[in-house]
Amino acid sequence: MTDISLAKTSARTLDEAAAAKRARMHLISSVVRYALLFGVGFLMLYPLIWLVGASFKTNSEIFSGAGFLPQSPTVEGYVQGWQTSTPYTFGRFFWNSFLIILPKVIGTAISCTMVAYAFARFEFPFKKILFGSVIAVLLLPNVVTRIPQYILFRDLGWLDSFLPLWVPSALAGDAFFVFMLVQFLRSLPTDMEEAARVDGANSLQTLVFIVVPMLGPALVSVCLFQFMWTMNDFLGPLIYISSVDKYPVSLALKLSIDTTEAFEWNRILAMSVLTITPALVVFFAAQRYFIEGISAGGRKG
Amino acid sequence: MAYVQLKNLEKVYNNTNKVVHGLSLDIKDGEFMVFVGPSGCAKSTTLRMIAGLEEITAGDIIIGDQRVNDLSPSKRQIAMVFQNYALYPHMKVRGNLSFGLRIAGRPKAEIAAAVDKVAAILEIEPLLDRLPKQLSGGQAQRVALGRALIKNPGVFLFDEPLSNLDAKLRASMRVRITDLHRQLKAEGNSPTVVYVTHDQTEAMTMGDRICVMQAGRIMQVATPKELYNAPANLFVAGFIGTPEMNLVEGAMEGGDFVVGSQRLAMGSDLSGRLSSQPADAVLGIRPQQFSLVAHGPALEAKLVHAEFMGHEVYMHADCEGRRLVSVVGAAEFEARGQSDVIRLRPDPKTLHVFDKSDGRNVSLHGGSIAA
Repeated sequence: MTDISLAKTSARTLDEAAAAKRARMHLISSVVRYALLFGVGFLMLYPLIWLVGASFKTNSEIFSGAGFLPQSPTVEGYVQGWQTSTPYTFGRFFWNSFLIILPKVIGTAISCTMVAYAFARFEFPFKKILFGSVIAVLLLPNVVTRIPQYILFRDLGWLDSFLPLWVPSALAGDAFFVFMLVQFLRSLPTDMEEAARVDGANSLQTLVFIVVPMLGPALVSVCLFQFMWTMNDFLGPLIYISSVDKYPVSLALKLSIDTTEAFEWNRILAMSVLTITPALVVFFAAQRYFIEGISAGGRKG
Repeated sequence: MAYVQLKNLEKVYNNTNKVVHGLSLDIKDGEFMVFVGPSGCAKSTTLRMIAGLEEITAGDIIIGDQRVNDLSPSKRQIAMVFQNYALYPHMKVRGNLSFGLRIAGRPKAEIAAAVDKVAAILEIEPLLDRLPKQLSGGQAQRVALGRALIKNPGVFLFDEPLSNLDAKLRASMRVRITDLHRQLKAEGNSPTVVYVTHDQTEAMTMGDRICVMQAGRIMQVATPKELYNAPANLFVAGFIGTPEMNLVEGAMEGGDFVVGSQRLAMGSDLSGRLSSQPADAVLGIRPQQFSLVAHGPALEAKLVHAEFMGHEVYMHADCEGRRLVSVVGAAEFEARGQSDVIRLRPDPKTLHVFDKSDGRNVSLHGGSIAA
């Protein structure tokens, strides 16, 4: 009797000890894991943090150490950087970027949706060959088409205008987006579209009222990618834009490096911070739609 | 208002794969016609051809005096209820119901009145401002039904509408749909219904007539009663009825049915009905039409297994190497004695004889079969 109760007690203490040990190990492993994640994350983000910090430093302080906290914070970099060394303020360059991005993003969304809808839902002659060529374009390096494109746009008289930068994309020229939307459409059930046809909607009405709302998340991704890629595009404007008054921000940043003999790094960094801000804001604002909803398509019974 | 006529309807996929083989069928105005068959028998394809969602390879479809082969779905006076409901996920119930009317550009007041009327009939008023994802399966089904109803079509097309619901809901929706059809008929609308299902209970309980299909061909078109009592061939005999009809292979010899070493006298009732005496024959006996007897003409079998179902017992027995299923009352089963060997006498009035070579029922002659 006593033996049994003793054995029970010791078993319980053993259990408790094991549980306590497990809890301790769990705590330690959590601490280690989070410390590691935090450390690596910080390391990755450091250049960005440094960029923001350095944009508030004076020019002489920037190279005096690797720390990111400015000793005497100043907005001088922003004020002077905004003025630029040209007759225009940086606002002008932002406006130029906007004039390229707006028609490009809208045009891409509309044209790619229509092309993808046609490829995903209709049968027409040479469909396989045409879709094959879309994929081929996807695999083609951009560099290959630069020169023929340049000559084409020169003959059209489009040089030194925004047209070469957005017209091709607004006519579904970006095979990647077409491909992405086709894949997304193929995964959507066709029942709703058939119901719409029975309800009397024609193809265009079906596309606008039924398909586009279901495509929402994919379209948000398309617009987001197009926005960020255009914002960051340097080569395109460099090739086609020659007047300073038409420069988008990506070129304008380079401008401040070119024209001053002693680089005013604080101005450059301040303007860099401003340049990445729209992309960051848009990304975080759209992130919810970007991630959510892909599963919100069809309703299962 | 709108009868439906199929004339030698054919469907071929990719020029090689023929799935519908020359269907011809008349569906009367106001009739509830059920297409039933195993999966892959092309019943849904046929329905989709009537709807205009699938192209017709050959043949004609006529809806209410009009050849509709080349008409778009919206011009065919039809409305369709889909298996997965196919509700527009981003529109509220109200928007789902009114979509067709809005596309047609009807005045707002008329649309609102139509939505309210349909919502009242289907008791979905509290759901009008919900999104489809906030509905249960049964509610979604009622909304889908409402979307068809609001168009006041000549022909309703149902594509396995209840197969996603649980058994209890299915039973209540079954009644609701047939009631609705009766109600519309009483109001003088008399819409024609074409209803596709693989569930024979739905077919038997809902249809005015049933079209049994197999592999793209019509096996029989008849009322539920006729289908059960006078199946035209082996396929229909085996498909309709639970448990399945016993189909015993044997031979007809001088008015007797011979199975293995046993010989079953057919009696004058059956032999009078036979149009021929096939050497290779299949005897069809419904499990419910056996009785346990001690003497007289019967099939002798060894009881293998008995399933107790409450007021009746399903007996699985072995007769000359063939499985026989019979349904007898629980009391009759208890009274059978201790022996494993049972004697089963089929009711000669309801016996069927099929010609094994072509599957035809040869015992329908004279039409004297018990109805």
